[in-house]
Amino acid sequence: MKPAVEAKSVSKIYETAGHAPVKALDNVSLAIAENEFFTLLGPSGCGKTTLLRLIAGFEFPNGGHILLQGQDIAHLPPDKRPVNTVFQHYALFPHMTVAQNVAFGLRMLKRPQAEIGDSVRQALALVKMEAYGARRPSQLSGGQQQRVAFARAIAPHPKVLLLDEPLSALDLKLRQAMRLELKRLQRETGITFIFVTHDQEEALTMSDRIAVMSAGHVQQVGEPLAIYESPVNRFVADFIGDSNFLDGAVVKTAKGGALIKVAPNFLIETSAAGAAKGDKVSLALRPEKITLAQPVKGLPRGVVREAVYIGNSTTYMVEIDGGIGVTVRESNSLSGQSHFAVGDRVGVVVEAGAARLLAG
Amino acid sequence: MRSHVGQYPGLRIWAALFFVFLYAPMVVLISYSFNTNKLAMIWGGFSVRWYEKLFTTGGIADAAFNSLVVAVIATTVAVVIAIAAALVLVRQRPFGGAGISTALISMPLIVPEIVTAVATLMFFVIAKAAIGFDFGIGNIVLAHIVFCIPFAFMPIRARLSDMDGTMEQAARDLYATPWQAFRYVTLPILMPGVIAGAMLSFVISLDDFIITQMISGPGTTTLPVYIYSMIRNGITPEVNAASTILIAASTVLVTIYWYVSRPNAK
Repeated sequence: MKPAVEAKSVSKIYETAGHAPVKALDNVSLAIAENEFFTLLGPSGCGKTTLLRLIAGFEFPNGGHILLQGQDIAHLPPDKRPVNTVFQHYALFPHMTVAQNVAFGLRMLKRPQAEIGDSVRQALALVKMEAYGARRPSQLSGGQQQRVAFARAIAPHPKVLLLDEPLSALDLKLRQAMRLELKRLQRETGITFIFVTHDQEEALTMSDRIAVMSAGHVQQVGEPLAIYESPVNRFVADFIGDSNFLDGAVVKTAKGGALIKVAPNFLIETSAAGAAKGDKVSLALRPEKITLAQPVKGLPRGVVREAVYIGNSTTYMVEIDGGIGVTVRESNSLSGQSHFAVGDRVGVVVEAGAARLLAG
Repeated sequence: MRSHVGQYPGLRIWAALFFVFLYAPMVVLISYSFNTNKLAMIWGGFSVRWYEKLFTTGGIADAAFNSLVVAVIATTVAVVIAIAAALVLVRQRPFGGAGISTALISMPLIVPEIVTAVATLMFFVIAKAAIGFDFGIGNIVLAHIVFCIPFAFMPIRARLSDMDGTMEQAARDLYATPWQAFRYVTLPILMPGVIAGAMLSFVISLDDFIITQMISGPGTTTLPVYIYSMIRNGITPEVNAASTILIAASTVLVTIYWYVSRPNAK
């Protein structure tokens, strides 16, 4: 089966008079499957919005191909692509009613009047806005406008729906509710969603797969679990969640594993991934994969330099003997669990297989 | 401490004098246009006989018709040109000549009108001598189009700058061609600016005297030019009546302009 959308070696360069040209996308290749909830995640300026605009047709690539179900659409104008967009600030037409907004795409496609009426009703019902068809966008709340923008974009039954940070203008509670809502809508409509966000939590909660982008390149593509648990490089490990980055040397390799020395008395086991004895390597280690214990012999030991209580967890900064510092996050889910104070001597336990060897 | 200019003594009197000085002559003019008595200084009772006389003597009706034709055509063309200019200057990617273009379009607003008038006259004289270019009233229409453009341009550009550019993208995304996006999304949202620009152009065209006076010839007299020619024979009640009509027309149009260009005008 052909992918819904495929980017092949896509490049986009912005040229502004008097400035050096900016490579917004550098040879990007991606394949997005049918019915997938696919997220482009990265900091501002990473190229995620540029890629979305290239798929929508608001910009054209300087090189490469963009395929929609196998057909190259890279140089078609936006009105010739069966792709619709939910805009960051909704871009609802202020001079039209909600129903007229939702009908706009179908009207431009010259669908019969009866079909337009049915599709508008269905789309509004899907977002639970049936009662608001006669209102103007200015009479709706932000969340309601968001729903109308969504209904307007799916009413023409696009093959792919593009969502450009659609939740960023909503307040926190509404944003969290809309995440579940969007996930439901994607399941019910069966449309391929391409979602752009800089919010890792949004990406992790909604996506089937995530592409983490930075500086015009795709850093890693994978399911949320893989992205979080097995980041391929320092950027991904740093951008998604928190990580300790530990530099060390390989002291021993065995089949499928390596032992890395990060401090005189601190050895961490990891999967080998082609490392040889003596190599200098970097490890990423999630703070919640480390636990604190009594400073017994045999454990790497150190001193608690800071302890920050944040309700469901406590974050400790521990200075390991020999100089390096690690961040440890202990869940507060168990009652009667021991707490440590600043200045306490502690031992640290690293969960087996939790440390990731980083490429590059 | 007086914290507000309105708290200084005597302000009311000055303000009142200001309004009297500004509007009393017009009130007198309008009153006398309804005076039965031929002698302006003596009130002989209310009548509309000067208006009747005005419209039966010919001349004035022709001039009013000319003014109307010139204003309608000049406004229409100026608004179309202004919309096109605003779309290029506001919506296109910034280009080298954008700043200077905006300045050049707005320039006629600050150039003394007598200079524009002389220059326009010279243009038509040379054009006629060189290539026989002379369209009679068409000359006046052309001149009016040119000086109406900046008045139409300003409110349209302001409205377009306030308009979210993603509106057009949303329309294109929803299968509208560039023309349909303009027709169904940009133009309706731009409409208050377009109406404001049109009203302003219309009034400016209708009231213009200096430029029109320079280039008008026989059969191309507009209302202000006609009124001026009437004054040479003294201020007659007909002049008062004609001026009153002009004041009324301008007031109506400026009121519409003010109404649609209020902030939050939908």
